[in-house]
Parts: sequence; C-alpha cells; structure tokens
Amino acid sequence: MTAIAKSARFKRYKNLEFILGVVLTGSICLSVLFSGLLFPDGGDKINLIARLTAPFTNPDYILGTDPLGRDVLARVIMGGKISLQVGILSVAGAVVIGVIMGLISGYYRGFWDMIVMRFADVQLALPFILLAITFIAIVGGGLTNMIILLIVSQWVQYARLVRGSVLSLRDQEFIQSAQAIGVKDIHILFRHLLPNLIGPVIVLITLNVANNILLESSLTFLGLGVDPLIPSWGGMLADGRTYLQNAWWVSVFPGLAILLTVLGLNLLGDWLRDSLDPTGRTSR
Amino acid sequence: MAGFLIKRILQAAFVIVAVTLVVAFAIRLTGDPALMLSQGAGSITEADLARIREALGVNKPFLEQYSDFFLGIFTLDFGRSFLGGTPVIDLIGNALPATLMLAFASMFVSIAVSIPLGIKAAVSRGKWADQLIRIISLIGLSFPNFWLAIMLVLLFSITLKWLPPSGMDGFTSFLMPAITMGIILTATNVRLVRTSMLETMQSQYIMVARAKGLSESTVLYKHALRNCAIPLITYFGLQFGGLLGGIVVVERVFNWPGLGTLAFDAVGARDYPVLQAVIMVLSMLIVGVNLLVDIAYGLIDPRIRTE
Repeated sequence: MTAIAKSARFKRYKNLEFILGVVLTGSICLSVLFSGLLFPDGGDKINLIARLTAPFTNPDYILGTDPLGRDVLARVIMGGKISLQVGILSVAGAVVIGVIMGLISGYYRGFWDMIVMRFADVQLALPFILLAITFIAIVGGGLTNMIILLIVSQWVQYARLVRGSVLSLRDQEFIQSAQAIGVKDIHILFRHLLPNLIGPVIVLITLNVANNILLESSLTFLGLGVDPLIPSWGGMLADGRTYLQNAWWVSVFPGLAILLTVLGLNLLGDWLRDSLDPTGRTSR
Repeated sequence: MAGFLIKRILQAAFVIVAVTLVVAFAIRLTGDPALMLSQGAGSITEADLARIREALGVNKPFLEQYSDFFLGIFTLDFGRSFLGGTPVIDLIGNALPATLMLAFASMFVSIAVSIPLGIKAAVSRGKWADQLIRIISLIGLSFPNFWLAIMLVLLFSITLKWLPPSGMDGFTSFLMPAITMGIILTATNVRLVRTSMLETMQSQYIMVARAKGLSESTVLYKHALRNCAIPLITYFGLQFGGLLGGIVVVERVFNWPGLGTLAFDAVGARDYPVLQAVIMVLSMLIVGVNLLVDIAYGLIDPRIRTE
C-alpha cells in the first residue's frame, strides 16, 4: 500500500475519532444541560410500587427503576451533572495554579523550581486514592472538598509540563530579544511564552477532565466522595452492588455512563494530541 | 555514578519522610481516638479518657510520636492497632503479600498481553489492526476499574457461576481481581509498547538484520524487542504507583484482604498506627521500585546520570 493511501486511511480514522468524541461528549453535556427540563423532580421521586422495574418494560422508566422505585435514566443524567462539575472545576483550578507555577519555576529557576520539583517527587510516590483516603477522613467528603483535593494533587502535573517547555524556550532568540528591548517579565511570561506552550496543556486538560471523572466516581463509590443523597454515578454503583443478584440494570447503566463520557473525552484528547503534534512524537 | 546514586537515594528518603510526616500530621486532626474507643461504654470521665490516651501514647508531643513511628522502620515495630491491640507489623505482614501478589499478577497479565499486541500494532502501523488495537486500548483506558470489577462479578459469578465473587480462597478467587487490574494496565501498556517499537524499528540495525535475511519474528522479538526493553521497564516502573492505587479500590470490591482493605478499615476506626503504617509501606514500595528502575537505567545509559 502506498504511503498516501495509508495516510488517507489514517485521516479517516482521525476524523472518525473526532466525530465520535464530539458526539459522545456533546450528548452528555446537552443532556446534563437540559436535565432540569427533562426531569423536574431531579430523579428523586420515590415510587415504591414500581421498585426494581426491569429496563425496557415500562415506557415511564426506560432504563428501569432502583430499589426505591426511582427512575434510573433520570438519576444517570442527574449524576452526569456532578461528574461534569467535578471534572471541569478541578481541572480549571489545577491549570491556573499549575501554569503560573510552571512559568515562574521554569523562567526564574532557583527556589520555586526546587519547590515544584520536590512536590512532583512526592506526588509520584503517593497515589491519589491514598491521599484522598487520608484527607477525606479529616475534612470529610463532599463536592467542594473533593474538588480542592483534586486541585492540590494535580496542579503539579501542569507545572511540570509548563516548566519543561519554558526551559527549552527561554534561551531562544525571540525571548532574548524581548528581554533585550526591556519587555516586562510578566508580559514575557504570559504573552510570549504561554502561547508557545499551550498546545500540550490543552491535551492534558482534556485527558485530566476524563481522569478526574473516573477518580470522582471511584471516591464516591468508596463512600468518600459526594453525599450519598445526591444522585451521582459512583453513588448509584455503590447502592446497586447490593442488588447485583436480581437487578443488574442498577449497576450497569451508571457505569456505562462513566465509560461513555470518559471515552468521549479520551477520543477528543487523542485527536487533539495528533492534531497539535503532527510528527506523532508524543502519541503514546 | 556514586554521586548520582547518593542523590537519588537522598531524594527517595526525602519523599518517604515528607509523605509519612504529612499523613501522620493529618490523621491526628481527624479526631480523638480515646473518644472513638470509649463510644457506647457508658459513663466515661475525663480521667478515664486521659488514661486511654496515655495507654495509646497519643498524649505525647506530635514530633515524639512521629519519631517513634519513623524509627519503627528500622526495628520493624510500628506499635499496636488501637482496635484489638494486634501488633501493626503482623497486620501488615498478612495484608502485604495479598496486595503484592495481585500487583505482580496483574503486571504479568498485562505484559504478556500488551507485548504481542503492541508489536502487532507497530508492525501494521496505520492499517486496520493498528487502529482496532488503538480503539480497544482507548476503551480500556476509559473503564472505571471498580465498575469493570462489578461487571466481571455479574458475568462470572452471578450469571455463569464459575468464579467466587469475593474473598481470598484459592486460585479461582484470585483470577477476577488480577484480570480486572490486568485489563486496565494493558490499555496503557499496549500504547507504550507500540511507541517504543516504532522508534526502535527505525534504527539501522533493524535494517541490517532484515538485510541479512533473518526471519521477521527473529527481527521483531530478538532484535527490536530487546532494544526497547529498557524504556519499557522504566514505564512499567513508573506505573507502579498508579497500579497500587487501583488495587486499593479493586480490593474493596472483591473484599480482598490486602493493604487497601486494611487502610479503609483503619480510616473508619481512626486506627492511626495502622493507617500510618499502610501509607508508609505503600509509598516505600513505590519509591523503592522507582529508585531501582532509575538506578538500573543509570547503569545502562550513562546520559541519564549527568542530567
């Protein structure tokens, strides 16, 4: 096969990846956005007569009901709200802190550089779940605490990435000439350096939103995350596990929702990575 | 080389001290273990509480408690559990092999699957096999590990009734936890193998091997795979932390009596000595594995040492 045909096939694959990613992520975002209109009761309405209705048997409950007779479809969509909130807010916080710390430590080196690198060492040695077990035992679970915890444990990733790029950019001519004509440091950092290293940061953002949705659902599943009264994917799975013997749907659909959301974001991240780095050096 | 070694060992020691110090400090903010232990014991006076604290050793200054704990690394004495008074080292001694067994089995599963698949993907780069493997690995990366565990239970224990759903009792109970983590790891490893193979396949010695007329499998497995073994081992080592984090969660689903289960129980009971020791053992494992990988890499590739 010729190289041209091969690359055409690769392009088709990349397009498919992009379309699938957009469709998955888009439909989750839209359904969460309109969840209030679709399900005004927020998936909390209890109907004990219809408890554990099997899916696809009752048009009122397309995905069946849980042990309290609540609509599984409504709760899955309401659960998406929590996951997206955690995913987006935690990454936003980590990016702001991480990018600023990365720019400073890469540009000035010295003290701040040492701080970032030591934090990175510690972060590598302490898996997030362990950090979470310890800290949630102290401050308690809940949405806000979980977001703070994710920010604390992840800003270093962005700081390291940005630091690395700054180190390779700071001695290039365009930075030296900016310094020579007396451009203020803050402008060099944000106007000259930042736009040149934002590509990989965007890829990391996409992948980390996906990753944090996974972490949030694991923590909630373990009873360390979101309040069990609020519909969330991890919480639904923890409840549904007890009924696995006779009601598989209570455990299957929330997990499927996590899988599809994370897959959509990963597809987009993968597509972005190849689009921003056509040489494919970083595509692992 | 000696300088590099000393620097890396000091870094590793710093990490362990930092992690344990933070954990020891944080866990003491969670509440008074004396109150926790005396719950439901009827009328308790302040003097009783003070005596319990004295017996548990939690009335001493924080730094003294911490240094007692830290010196325990050398004497293998981490005190006793607040619940039942079992020596912590015994609890760890029971749980650690269960966790390590799971870690190594899932690593083994994943390496055994991802090397042939990764090589296949690299060889057929851009063709349908490559893209299929790529899509499957992306799906694997998107799986929540605890949900995968639940789905395996649904399939193999409830529907087919082949495997026990939880506990540690013989080889059959071992299969599902190991396969769960194996699948999750394989999703990442396939991509790592593929990338390293692609880089290696471009070298001139591969061209020479082919020009000599060696069979394709000799070229791939003897010449190419051996040369990308070093970067692969590094990646596998770096994954160890994530692997242990995942195992902690999966242990919970399968009720596997490892360090993760021990840690969760300790959190619930405010059993400081146990939680502290579990976190320390896990972080020492991770730091130790990374240190070994770094040293091995530094020995083989002199460029790393000077960085």
